[in-house]
Order: sequence, then C-alpha cells, then structure tokens
Amino acid sequence: MTGRIHSWDLSTGVDGPGTRFVLFVSGCPLRCLYCANPDTWHMRDGREATVDELMAEIGKYRGFITTAGGGITVTGGEPLLQSAFTGALLRRCKEAGLHTALDTSGLLGARASDELLADTDLVLLDIKSFDITTYKKLTGGALAPTLSFATRLDRLGKRVWIRYVLVPGWTDDESAVDGLAAFLSGLGCVERVDVLPFHKLGAAKYDALGIPFPLRDTPIPDPALVDRVRGQFRGHGLAAH
Amino acid sequence: MTATVTAAPRTADAWRQFTGSGWRERIDVRDFIQANYTPYEGDAAFLTGATDRTRAVWGKVSALFPEERRRGVLDVDTTTPSTITSHAPGWIDRDRELIVGLQTDAPLKRAIMPNGGLRMVENGLKAYGYEPDPFVTRVFDTYRKTHNAGVFDAYTPAMRAARKVGIITGLPDAYGRGRIIGDYRRVALYGTDRLIEAKRAERAGLDGRPSTADVIRDREELAEQVRALGELTAMAATYGCDVSRPAATAHEAVQWLYLGYLAAVKEQNGAAMSLGRTSTFLDVYLQRDLDGGLLDETRAQELIDDFVIKLRIVRFLRTPEYDALFSGDPTWVTESIGGIGADGRPLVTRTSFRFLQTLYNLGPAPEPNLTVLWSPRLPDGFKKFCAQASIDTSAVQYESDDLMRRRTGDDTAIACCVSAMAVGRQMQFFGARVNLAKALLYAVNGGQDEMTGDQITPEMPPLTGEYLDYDELSAAYDRVLDWLAQTYVDALNVIHYMHDKYAYERIEMALHDYPVHRFMACGIAGLSVAVDSLSAVKHARVKVFRDRTGLAVDFRTEGEFPAYGNNDDRADSIAVDLVESFMAKVREHPAYRDAEHTQSVLTITSNVVYGKHTGNTPDGRRAGQPFAPGANPMNGRDKHGVAASALSVAKLPYDAARDGISLTTTITPEGLGHVPGERAGHLVGILDAYVSAGGFHMNVNVLNRAVLEDAMEHPEKYPELTIRVSGYAVNFVRLTREQQLDVISRTFHGAL
Repeated sequence: MTGRIHSWDLSTGVDGPGTRFVLFVSGCPLRCLYCANPDTWHMRDGREATVDELMAEIGKYRGFITTAGGGITVTGGEPLLQSAFTGALLRRCKEAGLHTALDTSGLLGARASDELLADTDLVLLDIKSFDITTYKKLTGGALAPTLSFATRLDRLGKRVWIRYVLVPGWTDDESAVDGLAAFLSGLGCVERVDVLPFHKLGAAKYDALGIPFPLRDTPIPDPALVDRVRGQFRGHGLAAH
Repeated sequence: MTATVTAAPRTADAWRQFTGSGWRERIDVRDFIQANYTPYEGDAAFLTGATDRTRAVWGKVSALFPEERRRGVLDVDTTTPSTITSHAPGWIDRDRELIVGLQTDAPLKRAIMPNGGLRMVENGLKAYGYEPDPFVTRVFDTYRKTHNAGVFDAYTPAMRAARKVGIITGLPDAYGRGRIIGDYRRVALYGTDRLIEAKRAERAGLDGRPSTADVIRDREELAEQVRALGELTAMAATYGCDVSRPAATAHEAVQWLYLGYLAAVKEQNGAAMSLGRTSTFLDVYLQRDLDGGLLDETRAQELIDDFVIKLRIVRFLRTPEYDALFSGDPTWVTESIGGIGADGRPLVTRTSFRFLQTLYNLGPAPEPNLTVLWSPRLPDGFKKFCAQASIDTSAVQYESDDLMRRRTGDDTAIACCVSAMAVGRQMQFFGARVNLAKALLYAVNGGQDEMTGDQITPEMPPLTGEYLDYDELSAAYDRVLDWLAQTYVDALNVIHYMHDKYAYERIEMALHDYPVHRFMACGIAGLSVAVDSLSAVKHARVKVFRDRTGLAVDFRTEGEFPAYGNNDDRADSIAVDLVESFMAKVREHPAYRDAEHTQSVLTITSNVVYGKHTGNTPDGRRAGQPFAPGANPMNGRDKHGVAASALSVAKLPYDAARDGISLTTTITPEGLGHVPGERAGHLVGILDAYVSAGGFHMNVNVLNRAVLEDAMEHPEKYPELTIRVSGYAVNFVRLTREQQLDVISRTFHGAL
C-alpha cells in the first residue's frame, strides 16, 4: 500500500498526548486562508511512500514515543483524502501497540470507515468555523460534513479533541463561538477544545511557493481575545486550553 | 548567628542516632548515606520560600553584581598568593549569614593563584586594570617555579605547534586543571582529626616500600595532604568553627562541608571546581534535626539557600580570553542530585528538592551547576519538580544515572559538566579536547593547516583528486588521527606531570582515598562537522577547490547526503565509528600515572572558538562558523525534531566516551505542549525516553527566540537569564555577541 506524504516529524504535546511521530500526508481539499502548510495542499507535490517504509521509520521511535507517553498522529494535508492508505497505516500502528491519532477537518469524514476509526484512539477534529458562510469563505468547503462526522464520532464513542484556530476578524465572532461551544457540549465524546492562536510562521512557505499569503496583514490574536474565546468554551462546560 | 562552637562534643554525640558500622570503622561516606538516609517519594508541596533573612543576605551580595559585570571583576587582592590560610575571614552580612566563609576577606574580591601559572595571573590583572605586584612576580619568576613554566620546559615543538594552530585546544597548561572533586562530606562526617589519622595510616603503609620515584611522590603527596587538612582546621577556626571534630548538627554539617570546599577554592583555581553529591548526605543531618525539633522546614531551607549563595559567589581571576572561550566566568560548582541506589531505593531526599528550590528562592543562576542524575525509576514527584524547574529556569542539566551507576557506582558525581567519578575514590586528569573537523581537513591537505598553510603533522601525502574519494579520505583521516592521538596524550602527560609537581591539589586529594583511581580525560570537538563531512563525501559528491599553493580551501557538495541528528544510521554510524576509533587510538598511548583513558564529546561553549579557527569544511559549513556544541547535530541540519536528534546522540557508545557525551536542546515552551500545565509531564517523558534509549546527558533550555533577541538588545533587563550550553549553564547576557547569535541560530525545536 502506498500513499503520498509530505514529511514526518517528532513533536511533543501539540498533536495529541505526549511525544509523537507525526506524519504529514499530501493533499487537502480545503484552502484555509490561514493555512500554515501550503506545501501540503497538492498530492502531486508529495513523495510516494509505502506503509512498510513508514512502519520501519516509526519503528525507530517506538521505544521513545511509548516511553514518552505518545504515539503516532496522521495529519496533513487531509489524511482522509487518502483514506485507504491512512487506514492501512493506522491498522499497522494499532497492531504494533502504538497509540494512534487522526488529525482531520472532517470534511471527508464519510471516507473514514468504521474499521479506520476503530484503529484510531483519538480524533483531533479541526472545526474551522461554526458559521456556514464564514466556513465557506475561510476554507472553500462546506461545514455540514464536519458536523455530521462529529456526531458520528460521538455515536461511536471515539475520544475527540477539538482544534479551533482563532483568527481575528474571521473566527472570533462571539455568537459563532457560542454556537460551536453549545454544539460541542452536546457531544459526550469531546474531551477538550484546544484554542490555537493564529500565527504567521508559515508565511515564508508561501513566499517560497510564489503564492500570496492571504492573511499576511491579519493580526495575531491578543491574549485577551484568546482568554475570552477559551472562556466561552468553558462556559459550556468544555475543557478548553 | 555564625556556627560558633564552644565545647567540642565527643564523636559519639555527633553521631547520635546514626546507624550502620562500616563507615565508623573506615572512611566511607557512601556507606554512611546508605545506612542513614530517608528516601522521599512525595512532591514539592513541603518546600518553603525565601525568608526575609535570606533575601537580605542575597540582596546584599547581588547588589554587587552590576558593578562586577561592568568592570569584569569587582576587586582583586593583588599581593597575596592564595592558600587555604592566606586570607583573613570575610563576611557578606555577619549578623545574618548562617553559613560563613569567603575566598578572601570580602565578597567577590578575587585572589591570585600563581602556582598554576604566573602569566595567567599577570594577564588577568592587567586586563582589569591592576598592576601585578613586583614581589609576587619576583617570587614566582625567581624562587618558585609554576606549573605553566614546567609544562613549557617539557613540551616538544610538535606539541607547541599543535596547540598554536588549535588542533589541540583548551589544554590546562597555564592554569589549574580542575575537575577534581574532593569528598567534602568527609569533613562533616569525620572531622579533620580523624581524616588526618587515616591519611597518616595510609602514609605508614608505604614505609616498607622501596623508595622508587612513584613511592617517594606518593609519600610527599600524603604529607602535603595531612598538612592541608591542618590548614583547613586553622582556616575554619578563624570563622569560629572547630572542624577537627565531626559536625554535630545539620547547621554544622552544612558549614563543615562548605569549609572543606572553601579550602579547595582558596587553594586552586581549577577550570571546574565541582562540589560532588552532597544533598542526600546533608539530608541525613537535616532530617535528624527536623525529627529532633532543632529545626523547622523554613530553617532547613535557609541553610541550603545560604550554602548556595556561597557557591554562587565563588570567583577566580582569569583572562578575558579565557572567559570568552567558556562564556562568562564559569566555576562549574557542579552538584549532582538524585539517582537510584544499588539497592533500588531512590537517592532522592527532601534536600534534593531543597537544592532545586534555591532556583526559586534566589532566582535562576548558572552556579551551582545543578545536575540531576536521571533514571526513569526516580519518584514521579521529583521528576515533575525537576522538569518544572527546567521549564521555569533552564538551569538544570540531566545525566543518565542508569549508565553511570553500573560503571562508577551509586555514589557518583559529575565533575564539570559530564565527567562521572566515584566521589572520593576516582579523580581525573582534565585533557580538554582535539578538533576533529580540523583533523579532517589535515587529512585532505597532508597535515598542512588550512588557515596558515603550516605543516603541522609529519609530511603526509595530500589528497589530489578533483573530487574527494571516501576510501582515500578515510585512510588519510586515520593517519592524521593516529598522529593526533599520540601528540595529544603525550602533551597531556607532560601537563599532568607538571601539575602534580607544581600545583598539586593538596586539600582535594586529602579528601580522596589512597590509592586513587585516575582517568586521563581526553575529548573531541567538531564531531558533527566531521561526521557530516564524511557523510557528504560518502553519499554525495564533494568537489575540492585549491589555492595556488595546492592547499584545499573550499568544497562544493553535489547532491544530498544524510546528516547526523536525524536518527538515520547512514550518518549516525559514522559518528559511532569515529568516537570508537579515536578512543581506541588514544588508548594505545600510555598515560601518566597509569591513568585509565577516557574521552568526552563536549565543548562547553568553545565550539564557537573552534569554529573560528577552522576553515571551510566538506559538509558545507563556512570557515569561521561555529561548530555545534558537544555531541549536538549541526545547527539546523536536524530536521525531525528533538526526539530524532536526541536518538542520534544516544547512539554514541558511552563505553567509548566515559568522560561524557553532551547534548544541548533548546525547546520553546510551545514545543513542550499546547497546554502549560502538561509541559512538565511531557519533559519527563522525553527525559525518560532519552535515558531509556541510552542517552547520557541533556541540557534543557526552554525559551523563546524573542526573549533571547530582546536580551541581546537590552541585557540590563535580563541580568538573570540563564541558558544551558553543552554541559553548563551561563548567564546569557554575559556571552559575547557572537555566542549569543550562535545560541539563537541553534535549532529552536518546535518553533512551528
């Protein structure tokens, strides 16, 4: 089984619990304006990799990530764009006794088979906005599939961490945040909500790729705004960080 | 409030409630600790903050720091060569201090120690605007030879040449070699009378032996050791302390131990004057007094805080060049904390916590060099506290207790940064390091220096191809390293012969067993540059550019090559081979006093200076660019994060680098996790995983690039900003601008 990947990395505490082997697959159906990884948009820009090859690489870190309370995270790009490949990899990791996490926008949640989800210990679900119009403008895609995926995850009893990127002028609308918080609080599967302040560290990648970075002039959120939004989620009984 | 003692209680009283017998019959502090310490498996909740008294004492001495920083030194006694008893007692705040004793008669006033070398003293004085005292100059020029003078009498031209071009650097030939840890705990446990008696017995054991040169030297050294213990007793008496008898209380135990250490830093300006492993020893006394109602936790912490204040103000007169090499004004008062005993009990006590707590009570500082001996089996509460202290202060380093315990036992302490030694039983001859990257260029150039064009090695055929050939280069490198190992060990033998002869560490060696086990501690720098260069030649094509004289001065790499630091065996195996092969070469050459050869992969901050003196290298590094510190991968070439980079370093075999393998990591707070409260747990996980993978040492810096950049522009705002560099913590604002830039350009793991 082969897939197209961008790269892999080891990270701590930002892509699921502990220190993790993080695989960035190539290709994404969304074009989020704040995207920090424009180099992962196209499958054709990635390199071909087999599941066996990746398992060999992951094997070199097995002891480390296990001892450090971590596991593996498949992110991207959008891992469910290559759902067969992602599923095969998650299965092999599960068989190897590793903790597995899937980082997805949920847009292609329908492509995630029950088997794939059974091999996934934790879903990192990126909900970009709770306002249908904003979602469309911000990502180029539709919100509805993500919400139905969230409902399905709840039905399956999956552990879910929500990722919410806070972009001033885009995702800081009080009522939209409240709406999302209300929706999430109705899902028993949501363990926590990570509010991620927008950053511009990916700007150099846009320059290198020769494409304009749409949010170059958008400010990063000030701490008060971050606190307010976290407070809104907490107000709905959610563990927000 | 000083530890004045009026009547000398008997030893039996000093040892009341202690158990065990072996340590009573012989000098054996480890046995005492094992028989009497109370492991602590709880968390940090019991700790107390700084009292007004502590703040007043620390405030008084730290008020002197800005002036010291401005002038380089605060004051120097230029006329009194320092000995254990040379200076009248001095105080910071006599009414408030709990632990007393200064190197001279005033805080931060430096002493001169010409035994190591008169030039170092004179240059140090002149650099800071002082005139050398003519009488001192006359004595050490005319009547009393120094270590430095002795070494240069016996150096060969080849050694001088290798030293001058910087293929062998940092040799302790002009100052005290250091890295010897006296077992200062012995002063507290036994008192000097008993120690003198034991030394006399050791000396008597030699009476029947024929008077060969070795035996004569041993007898003389033991006589000097006895004399030094007497001087320690006299010096302590000037502070009102009778250290001839054992310490009877916790307060006395801290005081006696410190006075033992103080005698050492009055006598020697060693490059590293490490303290040992004292916290759990002291805990036995503190716990006894806590149980007996003589102390409360606040006072227990005050004693440790006061002790640490003293350790923070140890000063030596050195030259600005020396300080530039090692970043600031280092003394390496290394204290080793934690670890696991041979019986499986953690050697963590409440006093292990109390030492780390000084980073909060007094604020972060590079000294003492707090070193946690890490094992995944350490109690969780202690691990979390260490990790939190790292995150809050960046002032803690970690070494694998699991690797050391099996080799040097469970009473091992770190000398300097990464050198493991059984306290009181082993010592080392510090040997600085050789430049492996420059040596690789010598292989290309037939032993000609790439910067000067001078022929440094005996004539060897240079490589002449347009492209470097891996097999040819490896063979040539092997020849250069053969020569280098021989010249290096030879030079070290000269240095340590002369140091023993002219600047013997009397009091430190008095606090060791006889006979002592000696290490000849060699070292290598530029490992990652050499490895990546070899990898480039092996896995890509490297074209050579030569100047008119035929000297290879630049290289261009065509194609990609795997770099060390990515957990990729194609590069990492080259590093392993290089470490093992240089160790084997070093071992071929007999060491002075039958010392056991070891080597370190450590640069401290001298990686900057080594880089400055090394030309363009085949890995693409430009001439003058800093090397990576210690065993670190080259800056920016480790592409997969801290775990991958750490796993590459963990492959280096400790048995071929028993003097330590240093890894410095710089992580942003976000790099340890999105949620602040989870970061300490994550760092614990990384340390557990690294040590489990066979990693030896890790410096942990947790910082933001923005903070460092601001500190460069506004040093006055960051007087306490401490960062870890290859085995040691330094004040960031005291680094040269070049070193600051080097630190900033280092990979900020997790920046994205």
